[in-house]
Amino acid sequence: MRKVWETPGGIHPAENKHQSVGRPIGQLPLPDRLVIALNQHAGPAIEPQVAIGEQVLKGQLIARSGAGTALHAPSSGTVTAIEPRPVAHPSGLPAECIEITCDGRDQWIARQPLADYRGVERSALLALIAERGIAGMGGAGFPTTIKLATDRPIKLLLVNATECEPYITADDALLRERADELLAGVDIASHLLGDPAERVVGIEDNKPEAIAALRRAIAARPAELPAVELAVFPTKYPSGGEKQLIQIVTGQELASGELPAALGIVCQNVGTLYALKRAVVDGEPLISRVTTVTGRACAVNGNYETLIGTPMSALLAHNRLDPNRLARLIMGGPMMGIALPSLELPIIKTSNCLIAADASEVAPEQPAQPCIRCGLCAEACPATLLPQQLFWHAQSQQHDKLEAHNLFDCIECGACSYVCPSNIPLVQYFRSGKSEIRQQRADKAKSDFARGRFELRQQRLEQQERDKQAKREARKLAAEQAKAAQAASQSSADDAPADSAAAMIAAAQARAAARLASPEQQREKLERAIASSRARLERADATLAQSQSDGADAEALKPLLAAQAAAAQKLAQAEQKLADLAEAGNPATDSAAIESTTPADAELDAAGRAIARARTAAAAREALSPAAKLEADIAALDKRLAKLRDKLAGVRADDDQRELLAASLAKLEAKQQALHTQREAVTDGV
Amino acid sequence: MVFKPVTSPHRHGPLSTARVMQWVIAALLPGIAVLTWQFGWGTLINCTIAVATALLCEAAIVALRGRAIGFYLNDCSAAVTGLLLAVALPPLAPWWLVVIATASAIVIAKQSYGGLGYNPFNPAMVGYVVVLISFPLEMSSWLTPAALLAAGDSHASLSEALAVVAGASADGWTGATPLDLFKHGVNGQLVETFYGEQPLFSGAALAGVGWEWVNLAFLAGGLVLLWKRIFTWHAPLAMLTSLSAMTALFWDGGSSTSGGSLPLHLFSGATMLGAFFIITDPVSSAVSTRGRLIFGALIGVLIYLIRVWGNYPDGVAFAVLLGNFAAPFIDNYTLPRSYGHQRAKRATEQAP
Repeated sequence: MRKVWETPGGIHPAENKHQSVGRPIGQLPLPDRLVIALNQHAGPAIEPQVAIGEQVLKGQLIARSGAGTALHAPSSGTVTAIEPRPVAHPSGLPAECIEITCDGRDQWIARQPLADYRGVERSALLALIAERGIAGMGGAGFPTTIKLATDRPIKLLLVNATECEPYITADDALLRERADELLAGVDIASHLLGDPAERVVGIEDNKPEAIAALRRAIAARPAELPAVELAVFPTKYPSGGEKQLIQIVTGQELASGELPAALGIVCQNVGTLYALKRAVVDGEPLISRVTTVTGRACAVNGNYETLIGTPMSALLAHNRLDPNRLARLIMGGPMMGIALPSLELPIIKTSNCLIAADASEVAPEQPAQPCIRCGLCAEACPATLLPQQLFWHAQSQQHDKLEAHNLFDCIECGACSYVCPSNIPLVQYFRSGKSEIRQQRADKAKSDFARGRFELRQQRLEQQERDKQAKREARKLAAEQAKAAQAASQSSADDAPADSAAAMIAAAQARAAARLASPEQQREKLERAIASSRARLERADATLAQSQSDGADAEALKPLLAAQAAAAQKLAQAEQKLADLAEAGNPATDSAAIESTTPADAELDAAGRAIARARTAAAAREALSPAAKLEADIAALDKRLAKLRDKLAGVRADDDQRELLAASLAKLEAKQQALHTQREAVTDGV
Repeated sequence: MVFKPVTSPHRHGPLSTARVMQWVIAALLPGIAVLTWQFGWGTLINCTIAVATALLCEAAIVALRGRAIGFYLNDCSAAVTGLLLAVALPPLAPWWLVVIATASAIVIAKQSYGGLGYNPFNPAMVGYVVVLISFPLEMSSWLTPAALLAAGDSHASLSEALAVVAGASADGWTGATPLDLFKHGVNGQLVETFYGEQPLFSGAALAGVGWEWVNLAFLAGGLVLLWKRIFTWHAPLAMLTSLSAMTALFWDGGSSTSGGSLPLHLFSGATMLGAFFIITDPVSSAVSTRGRLIFGALIGVLIYLIRVWGNYPDGVAFAVLLGNFAAPFIDNYTLPRSYGHQRAKRATEQAP
């Protein structure tokens, strides 16, 4: 016998399992209509693949999601509706469903059994399992493929046959009759997980027949198949919780917020593995499950092979429900199951049990009394929380205290509410506390995102404004220079432009002098200038890189390159000036005069040179004839082409850039060609 | 059938708050019986007055608060408070003393904080301390246990007892408690010599004629509650252990400054009543098992300190109130380590 560990807390509610497990798994008459809810699985939304009026065969795929799993027609017939219907959810809100009106022939689609799945590639096998609609049948309907597709190393495949909730016997019945098929499913899962070191079936000791059936099936296994062990442990609710089962079987605790795969464990429910075997070996998609129908309001209790989509009313009527005795209809167990808002709801893949409870089977609705902090809840808690303190803080919505008391480690098993002498619906407080905190987190994330976006937008607008300003100034300067050049070309005498240049120089000098009030201010100013130049350079680099990666042509890149070069030059100048300033400031002599004049002189020289250059260039260009201009353009283009060729030769190593340069080269060559043609035309015209 | 939105779980365990309180009342019965046997009708009269006052005060305040009176009286918590006070107060105490103590407990210590579940202090102990400080003379008038009454004498008959409670003198029956006698009588004698001179001690097997039986009865009642899992062993055991440890630490074999023997501290005064009926009040104690160990141990130490070096012969009430003060602080540092966590957190810890 495998060693098992004890878990803290837990309760022993009346089991009430014997009523439903006396007879073999029953078959139900085929219902007239089947309603398949589309939202049966955790994960992405699922889309219908059939249209109204379409004929479907049993096992035909009728809906699937992109990455998740699929739904199939549980029997042959006609799709008669695709519309929102009430589903098994406590809210009673309708959700999208596909209705199939059965033709009674129950005709299968061509099945593709796959006995030798070991020969199939893992990814193909996983895809097949998703395609056949296999999802967790014990709890949340989590797509099985996702669990089995883990790439973490798995040491233990843990089969959950605990069925710790009172009343439910679906897994028990399945094990009694089909233990060998379950083991075949275990083998498939084990194969997909790379045959982990251990395969263990965890089961409570209140199911001796199921344990015996499992023992027989294990003994009958061929020796070459990997071994399957049994872990039998004392009955206690909630031993079947994934975290609790892991602790019972391995003695390890799953770290808060982690998945079992972190410990090298994958947990699978008995019903899921059975469905896995049917899907792979027999080629039957998941279209039915074993459902327990129990409760004193039904004259007959038992387990049934139930088609997904069967209306609960049909199932209950088959078990001779007395509607007058029915106090509450529960799907799932009495501890965690949901009270259903109506009888006319369809069975889904996770409907393991329907309890048609009479008044004696449900807790009478009593008003909650004050919490006396007796601590019975803390004794019952399997997660070693302090429910009484959580309740106290949940009442007053102290969310930070709730988190300090590990609210999110609550598995909502309901043991605390069960034992509470004051009848406080503790779990309900914890559920709502959790959702409040989740909502708060979501709201915060949303507002953070919005704030970030707003700030970025502000920055962008400011930048745009700065760019516009810079452009305006550039235009103004260009206009002034053009004016000056015009004046120079118009006036035969050199006096006027010289005068105006002298005036500009004088003005610049005055400005510079005014700016250079003190070395400290000057230094600050320069540092600011350096910072802004650097920022501009970075921006220019970024824009350039962006444009390059966007595949802008060389012509478009040119101004960007120019901007980058200008920014780099400006930065270099500013840094030089700062260095000059520092050098000048270092001698402790009275150097204010030098400091104030040196940069100004440099600025003056630069301004003067630029003006002179512009003037000559403008004058030269004005003087040229169109043909000469063309020639000049061609010469310039040739020069650029030569440069570009040199550059291209220099950057062979860098592929991206070379491509870019080659493209530019081609463009320039084309342009050169165009210019040559133009020149020929001009020459011809002359 | 009506489909109501109800949430899981759909079943409920058998225990209710009223059932818890009823078990406490049942477990008090042996103690009340022994008190009546040893000290006469006074205890039963106390019980009657205290329970009646408690229920009336509770009903009045609940009515003032606009709540359903029946619902709140049905939880039996007021009756428990009344009974605890009744067994703690001296038998044949004047009726007004019992009324004042009970009214203080219910109105001030319990209802003014919001009623059951919200009181930071043990209501019975608050009521007890109010009258202990206000009426020291009446509070120190305990009775002589039945076995030590002069031959042919017996305790007051019911009519005599009622007369005393209404205001007549109880002089014929009064006597010191063992703790009182030891504290004020040992004066420079060896404990053994002192015990020999005092029939209250010489006639006792453990710690004072009559009183040891009272304590054993409360111990028995407490064990029943432990067996019924009404509370856990942590606080009582911690309190008795720390009280024993303090006694052992300062016990020098019986000199006049020895501070009292182990049996004296464990089986006289309100030790067992305190250990099993007062500090186990879940509302005002620490919540976690670790917290309850610390809470109980703290109270045990305080009881010894007050008894030996304080002004009062017994210190359970003050020790419990001081423990109540400390409970929220203890709670902050004694959260259990939850499943899947490396270490226990503090209650005030902020999420990272």
